[in-house]
Amino acid sequence: MVDLSPDELGILALSLRVALVSALCSLPLAIVVAHALARLSFPGKSLVDAIIHLPLVLPPVVVGFALLVLFGKRGPIGSVLDEWFGIVFAFRWTGAALASAIMGFPLMVRAIRLSIEAVDQRLEVAARTLGGSRLRVFASITLPLALPGIITGTLLSFARGLGEFGATITFVSNIPGETQTLPLAIYTFTQVPGGESQALRLSIIAVVLSIVALATSEWLTRRSKRLHGDDRG
Amino acid sequence: MIEVDIRQQLGAFHLDVSFAADAPIVGLFGRSGSGKTSVINAIAGITRPLEGSIRINDLLLFNAATGVDLPPDRRRVGYVFQDALLFPHMDVEANLLYGQRMRPLAERVIDEARVVELLGLRELLRRKPKALSGGEKQRVAIGRALLAQPRILLMDEPLAALDMPRKAEILDYIERLRDELAIPIVYVTHSVAEITRLADTVVVLSEGKCLAAGDVDDVMGRLDLESATGRYEAGSVLDTRVATHDSEFQLTTLAFDGGELVVPRLDASPGERVRARIRARDVSVSLRKPTEISIVNVLAARVTAVQEGTGPTVDLQLAIGGATLVARITRRSARQLGIRAGQELHALVKAVSLDPLNAGADRSA
Repeated sequence: MVDLSPDELGILALSLRVALVSALCSLPLAIVVAHALARLSFPGKSLVDAIIHLPLVLPPVVVGFALLVLFGKRGPIGSVLDEWFGIVFAFRWTGAALASAIMGFPLMVRAIRLSIEAVDQRLEVAARTLGGSRLRVFASITLPLALPGIITGTLLSFARGLGEFGATITFVSNIPGETQTLPLAIYTFTQVPGGESQALRLSIIAVVLSIVALATSEWLTRRSKRLHGDDRG
Repeated sequence: MIEVDIRQQLGAFHLDVSFAADAPIVGLFGRSGSGKTSVINAIAGITRPLEGSIRINDLLLFNAATGVDLPPDRRRVGYVFQDALLFPHMDVEANLLYGQRMRPLAERVIDEARVVELLGLRELLRRKPKALSGGEKQRVAIGRALLAQPRILLMDEPLAALDMPRKAEILDYIERLRDELAIPIVYVTHSVAEITRLADTVVVLSEGKCLAAGDVDDVMGRLDLESATGRYEAGSVLDTRVATHDSEFQLTTLAFDGGELVVPRLDASPGERVRARIRARDVSVSLRKPTEISIVNVLAARVTAVQEGTGPTVDLQLAIGGATLVARITRRSARQLGIRAGQELHALVKAVSLDPLNAGADRSA
């Protein structure tokens, strides 16, 4: 099991890259959105909340199709990004990352929002009376205290990215070496006669990867809680 | 100098408070729900009044009419919360320095070493808030507020969550702050003992309104405020000085404007100021000077007011020289003795009726 073929290593590396980039790039936006939902009241808040949760309830294929329409080379957003910045999502690994990011976004926002809501607002008030500006108080009090939730949210999004199938295959297709992540490769092998053993090997890799990610997140969460002098959970 | 004149609607509760006070420690006194915390929240900028203005010394913090409303981080008001609210993810030293880092170097008058020394925090610096006792947390919270270089310190019932020995300990520290740092303190409490020990000026709040404001001795002795200050707690405060000690009988004589009080020996040197609180129910009166009696404190007094209700007791306001004492006797006794305002009589004070918490260091009396 230890010696993976160059093809398998390539698939593994691509999957990790897609999941990691999607989780890390969506994190700042997720924190901003989660904070707004947890602490502010503004008109249209429930609408924003519903839109963010949409990928959780829509068939992934629909999300992928919407991405294809919007971010395709001729799509309203895709064409602008291509012309002005030279950024192309269609049929690239970056497109796979975008699909993963959108599918994982509601999970990430939810976890972070819950942990921000759990931070005692009076601590933020106390920090304000000590001379901290809103931004400073957010960075020095709210964010560190919400860290366990931020870690959990990042992991959920990462894991969702590793497993993302429907939106990815619809948006960026199944191109070996470019957009063929683990689930897509497994699916491909099950479609070829005699590909079962390959599919099994890749499936085992996926299981190991998930366990490692879970263990890492658990370890980070415990560490951050200990740092806070908090031994709950 | 602190000037507060605010009107604010908080749910069904209406706050309409106006007072001006200039003293090292201003007591904000009232029962729970009287609006004390709402007042200091408005001073700190945590809530915004509907109308009015708030001014500390010459700095306008808030004025509804002109739209001045400094955000809390620019008011430089040190707030010590009832439950300390230390930042759980920082150790004690990081908590202490949180506010100091926000201030330019030129404004850092109070330095860390001094606060650590003043509040006895040296042993605690590396600890997390979770590992502190209630009293230690409160000391750190006070130090943290001081290091933010405040113009004024607001303390919201800082002793409420503490047991008696810890209360006494924090009271000592607050007195040190008053004596060694020139920062005015607004002290919120519902405890008569804390007010009479600490405050110089007191503002009495009830149901969102300011009932009285003024010198603590005058205000706490007023009979018409009993519904706010509490009937059980009714009494008066005497500003005294230690005159002499009697080592044979273990007694101390306290001198005040109007006479002398003999109390169980106090651990205080002659000349030292001692505030003595005498509860109304511990004072009785006699028309003639009693002889052959165990009570040692018999003071010539004149009745200045008789507060009669429908209950079994009557409160008498007595002038003894320049001091005021309140006596609570039964209504029947008052009727039988024919007591009226202007009458000369003798007040009998039990020596043990001095509130030990207020009478300095001796807490065993």
